[in-house]
Amino acid sequence: MTLPVENKAKAHYRSHKRALHIRNFLIYTLLVIISIIWLIPFVYLIFQSLSSTYAPSYFMPYLNTSENIAAGYPIWTGANYVTLFTDTNYAFGRWYLNSLVIAIVSCAIETVMVLGTSYALSRLRFRLRKPIMKLMLILGMFPGFLSMIIIYFILKLMNLTGNIFSLILIYCAGSAMQYYIAKGFFDTIPRSLDEAAMIDGADKNTVFFKVVMPLSKPIVVYTILITFTSPWGDFMMASYLAQGKNELMTVAVGLQQMLSLANKTTYFGTFCAGGVFVAVPIMVLFFWLQKYYVEGITGGAVKG
Amino acid sequence: MAEAVAESQLEYLSLNKGQKVLYKIGHFFSAIPKKLGHFFSSIPSKARKQGHGITKIGKNIADSVVDGDWKTRLSLLVMGSGLVTRHQIIRGVLYFLYEVFFIVYMILVGNSSLKGLPSLGQLGRVEYTIQVVADGMPMEMSTYLFFDDSFTILLYSIITICLILVFVFLWYNQLVDSLSLQRKSYIGKYASDKQTLKNALDKNYDKTLLFLPMLGLVVFTVVPMIMMIIVGFTNYNSSHMTPTKMFDWVGWYNFSNLFTSSGSSGHVFLEVFGKVLLWTLVWAFFATFSNYFLGMIVAMIINIKGIKLKKLWRTILITTIAVPQFISLLLMSNMFSSTGVVNNLLESWGWINKAIPWFTDATLAKVMIILVNTWIGIPYTMLICTGLLMNIPEELYESAKIDGASPFKMYFKITLPYMLFVTTPYLISQFVGNINNFNVIYFLSGGGPVFVYSGTNIPYQVSGSGVGQTDLLITWIYKLSVTATSSDYGTASILGLMIFAVVAFFSLIFYGNSRSVNDEEEFQ
Repeated sequence: MTLPVENKAKAHYRSHKRALHIRNFLIYTLLVIISIIWLIPFVYLIFQSLSSTYAPSYFMPYLNTSENIAAGYPIWTGANYVTLFTDTNYAFGRWYLNSLVIAIVSCAIETVMVLGTSYALSRLRFRLRKPIMKLMLILGMFPGFLSMIIIYFILKLMNLTGNIFSLILIYCAGSAMQYYIAKGFFDTIPRSLDEAAMIDGADKNTVFFKVVMPLSKPIVVYTILITFTSPWGDFMMASYLAQGKNELMTVAVGLQQMLSLANKTTYFGTFCAGGVFVAVPIMVLFFWLQKYYVEGITGGAVKG
Repeated sequence: MAEAVAESQLEYLSLNKGQKVLYKIGHFFSAIPKKLGHFFSSIPSKARKQGHGITKIGKNIADSVVDGDWKTRLSLLVMGSGLVTRHQIIRGVLYFLYEVFFIVYMILVGNSSLKGLPSLGQLGRVEYTIQVVADGMPMEMSTYLFFDDSFTILLYSIITICLILVFVFLWYNQLVDSLSLQRKSYIGKYASDKQTLKNALDKNYDKTLLFLPMLGLVVFTVVPMIMMIIVGFTNYNSSHMTPTKMFDWVGWYNFSNLFTSSGSSGHVFLEVFGKVLLWTLVWAFFATFSNYFLGMIVAMIINIKGIKLKKLWRTILITTIAVPQFISLLLMSNMFSSTGVVNNLLESWGWINKAIPWFTDATLAKVMIILVNTWIGIPYTMLICTGLLMNIPEELYESAKIDGASPFKMYFKITLPYMLFVTTPYLISQFVGNINNFNVIYFLSGGGPVFVYSGTNIPYQVSGSGVGQTDLLITWIYKLSVTATSSDYGTASILGLMIFAVVAFFSLIFYGNSRSVNDEEEFQ
């Protein structure tokens, strides 16, 4: 025997649950649609890399049947991946290694520089703080590549052209200007935490590494990703400094060079195979870093 | 006065939303005279402050001459000597090393380059013939001698001026330091290297953190920028290319040329400039805000409690970031070309009869560029927002829910203000970045379709560069300086300056009015 009130509550619960199911169904549908839109170009890239001929107007190669081969349709093949590593005109392995070295070293240095700058601008108070923030805002407005020629000359003065460390130097030199996100995040961490640590005798260096950093994992993740990705995919500066030399090229420059007009039809598949390989490190990095996305870290850090 | 404010506030609150907006706009304009008045009335006090600062500098220098002991007086000539003799060996030696470097540099390079600055070089390339013996036959061959290179002279001059400024700054600093150490020693206080190092991690931590980033910015951003601005006042172009020829100062010519050069069909240059500028602004506006809001929504959807496979959804979006931008952009432009896979599929399904001109019709191209840009930009915004959204205190939402707030209300009253607070400076930098967004336009449409002007006397900045209807100012500059039939760095640099002026105007207004700048601790 159930009470009418209980029945009502159950009915309410059921209808609430149904609403939740409908909501979740709609959300999953939306997410699947989004995923498809975002994956199509990537899938297209993979299919093109597996296609036997230059056929950018077909979404995917035809099945490897004898009729299709006889009709001259593009069929499935892994030959492009072999070409990628064996072709003597291009040094994909070398490019890849260059890119990895540049991206890893710049990522390490830049992350420290970006977070340090953000911390200084957010937590420390000094006379030039606001002028520096305005200066960086203004510097960001100047169209960057106009200064490429001059940067090249400056590197020449320092006798640094002709090796890949010049690229690392340039990326790191400009890294402070990416302080916006981390600074905004640090601004939301309660200052009372710093003060508590300082009363316990911590200096500002300790506060930065022991108090603020552990509370900022999502933003550290973001900074690492961005500082790895931008040197990894940068094209303009890298191609200007490489000056057409294989041993100075990064993956981005090398792949772009594959597509120069005369080569386009021959190397398009190889280019796509290269594109697939280039995507791997960042996806691995992101998959690994995702575990640091934890909810509500600063919540409850301050009582009262 | 206070009553009047209260009264006007009451009146303001009783207005409806439309009226409030009008009131604010009216208030903004009516406040302009007052603000201007305030600005001018503050000039004397500001000048006094500046004057005070300058006299203080003079007084410090005079003090160190008059009151200084031999250590301080010696540091007038030998930088750092006042510090080395007072237990601050590291800093003293660094000052001294800079002085040595500076003197050597000035003797070897700085002096001669500063002398060449007014003329930018007297003698460029000289051709002369020499007698050589080739295959046993004596013959004449022309050789070149290179003397002055305008570009190098200009660059070295800027570097020299920077080094001089740094020298003056350091010289004054070490003098003041020495004087204050001397005065402290009177009351028996000493500061050694150990104290310096300790301060570097605590009291002077800002300097420790910012030294390298700022040095990098000055060398690789500020110096090139100054140089590029100065090039705008020279005739550096393909007919004055160093080292074969020299270029020279032309004053404001490049600038006035923008407004005065006219063809048979009117002020073509100015007209194209206006159109390109307008599209640049429209593009930057849509590109920035579409990415921002759509990305935030996607991040919020994935963050909803009870949604499974969060990692998967995020990683799928990250594929866009993982593939370098130029590859995905090239693929996109391939997919949407007139014979590309999209048109091909649509035709084979019988949905269209003839190829859709995705990137060859000006209006459609503009829409497509913005759409493709959201495809590229949303994952980045998602990445930022995921981290930030997680940091919003859960209690805020819980108490809002208890008060019966709808999800929309919670978004507009909690989420959006919080996000805007954290990201306004980032948004501004994105807006700026989009005005200077080279990749998207260059790889997708290449700026086409081109502007077509018939008639004679079309300025070569338009006809020679192949500027198109989807070109931004930045890609136009690229075309002018790199791909044009005759490259023109002077005009390119002036256009760069124009971008700079436009962007600076808008973003400094936003920046000055944003709460995240004026009220940095609001959300702690």
